[in-house]
Amino acid sequence: MAKHILAALVENRPGVLARVANLFRRRSFNIDSLSVGRTQRDEMSRMTIVMESDSAEADRLVKNLYKLVDVVHVDHLHSQPSVVREMALVKVKASSENRREVIQLCDIFRARIIDVSAESLVVEITGEEEKLENFTELVRPFGIVEMVRTGMIALGRGGHTLKDEGFKPNRSRAAARRNVL
Amino acid sequence: MSDETTATDQANEEAGTSTDAVVLTGAEIVCECLLREGVDIVFGYPGGAILPTYDALTKYPQLHHVLTRHEQGASHMADGYARATGKVGVAMATSGPGATNLVTGIATAMMDSSPIVCITGQVPTGAIGSDAFQETDVTGITLPITKHNYLVTSIEELPEVMREAFHIARTGRPGPVLVDIPKDVQIQEAEFVYPTEPIELPGYSPPRAARARQVDAALELIRKSKRPIILAGHGISMAGANRELAQLAEKAQIPIALTLLGKGAISEHHPLCLGMMGMHGGAEVNHAIQQADLLIALGMRFDDRVTGNLATYARDSRKIHVDIDPSEINKNVTVDVGIVGDLGEVLSQLLDRVERRPNEAWFDRIAEWRADSELREIVRPADAPQHPAVPEGKLLGAQVIRDLFEFTDGEAITVTDVGQHQMWEAQYYHHERPHSLITSGGLGTMGFGLPAAIGAKMSRPDQEVWAIVGDGGFQMTMMELATAVQEQVNVHIAIINNGFLGMVRQWQEFFYEERYNQTPMVNPDFCKLAEAYGIPTVRVSERGQIEEAVKASRSQTAGPTLIDFVVEKEEIVFPMVPAGADLDDMIRRPTPEEFEQQRRERAVAAKAPEPQTPESTPPESKPSESEEPAAAAALGSRFGV
Repeated sequence: MAKHILAALVENRPGVLARVANLFRRRSFNIDSLSVGRTQRDEMSRMTIVMESDSAEADRLVKNLYKLVDVVHVDHLHSQPSVVREMALVKVKASSENRREVIQLCDIFRARIIDVSAESLVVEITGEEEKLENFTELVRPFGIVEMVRTGMIALGRGGHTLKDEGFKPNRSRAAARRNVL
Repeated sequence: MSDETTATDQANEEAGTSTDAVVLTGAEIVCECLLREGVDIVFGYPGGAILPTYDALTKYPQLHHVLTRHEQGASHMADGYARATGKVGVAMATSGPGATNLVTGIATAMMDSSPIVCITGQVPTGAIGSDAFQETDVTGITLPITKHNYLVTSIEELPEVMREAFHIARTGRPGPVLVDIPKDVQIQEAEFVYPTEPIELPGYSPPRAARARQVDAALELIRKSKRPIILAGHGISMAGANRELAQLAEKAQIPIALTLLGKGAISEHHPLCLGMMGMHGGAEVNHAIQQADLLIALGMRFDDRVTGNLATYARDSRKIHVDIDPSEINKNVTVDVGIVGDLGEVLSQLLDRVERRPNEAWFDRIAEWRADSELREIVRPADAPQHPAVPEGKLLGAQVIRDLFEFTDGEAITVTDVGQHQMWEAQYYHHERPHSLITSGGLGTMGFGLPAAIGAKMSRPDQEVWAIVGDGGFQMTMMELATAVQEQVNVHIAIINNGFLGMVRQWQEFFYEERYNQTPMVNPDFCKLAEAYGIPTVRVSERGQIEEAVKASRSQTAGPTLIDFVVEKEEIVFPMVPAGADLDDMIRRPTPEEFEQQRRERAVAAKAPEPQTPESTPPESKPSESEEPAAAAALGSRFGV
């Protein structure tokens, strides 16, 4: 078992997220996180899928993703140098007595405080998964009111990019295409 | 399906050259696109949200519409139509219940990789999501059971979507595609320009030839093998690679086992063809697979019905797997060489350089296993000495199929339903040509037989078509008798009528201690039913009557015919690999000697004071590892047929 990070370029078409999500359930893939967003090209979206599995299972997911007509390219970022980031917003209980302590922790983790109120702080923290987990463990004793994580996103380092050359958006399709995620 | 693709692409080019733009409604554009895809028949059922398209059909007499009696019939007919020729079958239905009724047929086509395009009406775009009358999210519902589907949201994209739908349905690993068209899109008008440039789908490029390195590795395994066997599946006929398969087997002297859908991949009269493998396959075939040192799996997907227990499946063999769908490689069975490609191309690549020294001992062993199977054979010529298990004066379902094979000269297209009769068909009707057996293998859809046979006959009017159905499955879709009459489809229906859900009953006998819960059926008089539709009909209850009944049916050349074969109620399909058991751990029919021995033992037991004397266990029946709760002890001894 290991962590596998897959990046998928998909056509920005209606239902593409539902297709991918359905595939996970239909073939019993257990996903840690899935994050989806636009890319530098209007007609493409990029998904980052993280799963804890053996490599045969990850291969099986790659093959099944390729079966989806809307999936243009899939890469196993595990197998090449890549940068990986995740962001979390954490609302931590902080009264006047212990606020300094929380702020010190944030400094150490290079986290940013983006909202302050009498009883709590909202902290923005970015980094690899381990950093986020260490941070939340350390602030847990103060009391985490609520938190949200984006799920991992990743890019290959240097010259390594997901192939999308040769992809020509169709005119009538582009006209009909809306923001569909 | 490569020939078909080329033909249609050419037709596209010809049709697409005249580009003077005309203004058409969305509904008319649908019809224009169907014509350009070479469609001649549409199976369907009208309703509110698809009415504009039905109205447009009146302007296109070249598109013959077949009114089914249920939308499930429409999707099965489109499927049968597609399987008989490899052309794309088309089904049409309205929104809501019309669309959901297609679902079973779509799932059936998906599991067996059959190319169909389903066109459904949808409520107007503005009403989508409002729970409008007859609204259902059919693209959502069919997401996991279509190869791809579309919700058309503007008339501009309609021609391209239609073209893509047919392209995706018929190429690569074929499958069903659904196009959902809101009513307002059907009514809107737009300039119709049929795209002529080649279809470009960046995320879709079916593989063709194999990589050279993989081919080399496969050739090396074949060269070194002593006990190889080819497992031929549906993919052979779909790729049109039948000749290449025969050549490969002949050149390298390798026996061929068939999957259920692989029947027709090679003539079953070919000396290298062993017959069907799997749960109800030949015992000699399953033994050969288990003892092989090399499996060459071609266009098949190691379904649990052909492997049995995966942990013990062909343990001593190396494995080569060729399939057009990369996700099939290493899915159920881990292989040594996985080749992704079109079978026609890959087999040609292998054929050029394949070499192997034949091994007579391997064939001798298979012949021994076969001789043992022949001892146990129950269907024998009427004038030959019969197996003692045959009950006096009773007609067996297996005999009916064997005689039907003989009296149709083995040349009919047979379309089956699902159950015991389907397995007897597979065992006793020996097919020579591709696409001549049409059956729901993957999904096992009861009710498939009659509508699929209607579709097959309309696809191949030149061929004799028999629908072989059980009394259970027939009653699931028998309303389509009216469709057959209305269209005067010359399909011959043979009901193998045992008054039971026979295959379920067989499982209850083996694994549920003979508690026949909900399997006996009170049936209508099928002959009277046929008469009500004006269909010529006859009932057969003795073997001697079969020939005449089949002859009478075949002499009818217009409209359907129906024969009600009243057969033995508690007949069993032998051999049987219990679900989850090892492939060579089969429940076998006793040999005549074993049968007599068991009969004597039972007689002794009956006289003995202790009535609980355990019954004797026939050889090779220990389904202890099976998924089923109760292991069957005295299998086949009580109902030795």
